[in-house]
Amino acid sequence: MIEETSVLEAVNLGKRYRRTWGLQDCTLTIPKGRVAALVGPNGSGKSTLLRMAAGLSEPSAGTLRILGRSPSPGTNDLRERVGYLDQDRPLYKSFRVAEMLRFGEMNNPTWNMDVAKNHLALLDIPLRSRVGNLSGGQQAQVALTLCLAKQPELLLLDEPAAALDPVAREDLLRLLMRQVADSESSVVLSTHALSDVAAICDYVVVLAHARVVLSNDTEYIVETHRILSIVDDSDLVPPPGITVINEQQSARGRSLLVRVELPFNDERWRVDRPTLEEIVMAYLREGSPHRDGRHVDDIENDAR
Amino acid sequence: MTQHPSLTFRLDPQSGLAPYRQLVDQVRLAVRTGLLRDGDQLPSVREVVTQITINPNTVHRAYRELEHQGIAEGRAGLGTFITARSRVAPNVTERVSLEQALRDWVIDARRSGIDEETISELMRTALRQDGNVRS
Repeated sequence: MIEETSVLEAVNLGKRYRRTWGLQDCTLTIPKGRVAALVGPNGSGKSTLLRMAAGLSEPSAGTLRILGRSPSPGTNDLRERVGYLDQDRPLYKSFRVAEMLRFGEMNNPTWNMDVAKNHLALLDIPLRSRVGNLSGGQQAQVALTLCLAKQPELLLLDEPAAALDPVAREDLLRLLMRQVADSESSVVLSTHALSDVAAICDYVVVLAHARVVLSNDTEYIVETHRILSIVDDSDLVPPPGITVINEQQSARGRSLLVRVELPFNDERWRVDRPTLEEIVMAYLREGSPHRDGRHVDDIENDAR
Repeated sequence: MTQHPSLTFRLDPQSGLAPYRQLVDQVRLAVRTGLLRDGDQLPSVREVVTQITINPNTVHRAYRELEHQGIAEGRAGLGTFITARSRVAPNVTERVSLEQALRDWVIDARRSGIDEETISELMRTALRQDGNVRS
């Protein structure tokens, strides 16, 4: 058996919804063992990519391989090895938590009841509670617990922490990180919270307009970007080997977020290290449809 | 073996430093200040992940870096421990002269009318300024 080194491999992957592309020309490799973040505005293709990866929708173009296999709908092959959590977190509201666990156990051969019960005990969620009576945060915890107890090699999570209060969000992310520490699962999650990305993700994919605009190790990304600023109104051009991602003007000067391919030495520029959030934000701003006044139809038509 | 984790990590998202570097720096500081000594065990990856919201890979990465720097060593099946080699004798003379130089600089700065806030900002900038790109 060949050992796979990537959990997700897309080549020119595309998904078309009638007139618009939900994802276009996506070529991307996410290595095994990572916690990868998909970042981008609504409608940028995050959910589209995750649903195709989970085998819930078919690509319209290109190829996609998950754990080395093609995730077509109806293939049971990857079902046990991949856990998918939809952004709507479907749960049976009238079930008790214990019944949800029992249901998960019956439907998943790889189910680990100890993992499920330990997680819920740590979160103080009683097994007797009805799902519908739990808070939004607790429901998210239960939905993630069900996903984790399958012990999948790859977790695909669509905005797992959206709409949670800060404490519930932190609990949820720690739950996820504990699982990664214990079982060495790989994770691909979509999120709008850039602070979460900086804390837990070691791989970042930035999407804009249904295309991938940046994808790499967070460490590599941080090491290859800088903020250059200059205090005067001259039109000084940055030295060669530098790609300007985003430029901001102030009354007294300019500030450029740049990608640096070569070391450079130019005393006229002040050089600072941007945070990961600043870098991702610069790419998102460049890809923003509002920037040049264009409008994108069906921007809310993400994935559905 | 201690009951409590030997060290509690913190992450500062605004520092501009990679999270693994922040962990490395915090261990180095703890060793310098005597909070951690030879033979002390670093918190396990699982303990760190329970303490703060962080990717376990980042903790592994930080511990590998500490091993590489000779500050810690991994013992199979036991954990990661501070090594005897890490006790680098501080160069007292050098430190005293650096402190003196900094005091002189602050006096000069005050004389030229730079306020404390600007001094701190200059210091922060100097610390954050990148060695790789500039030199």
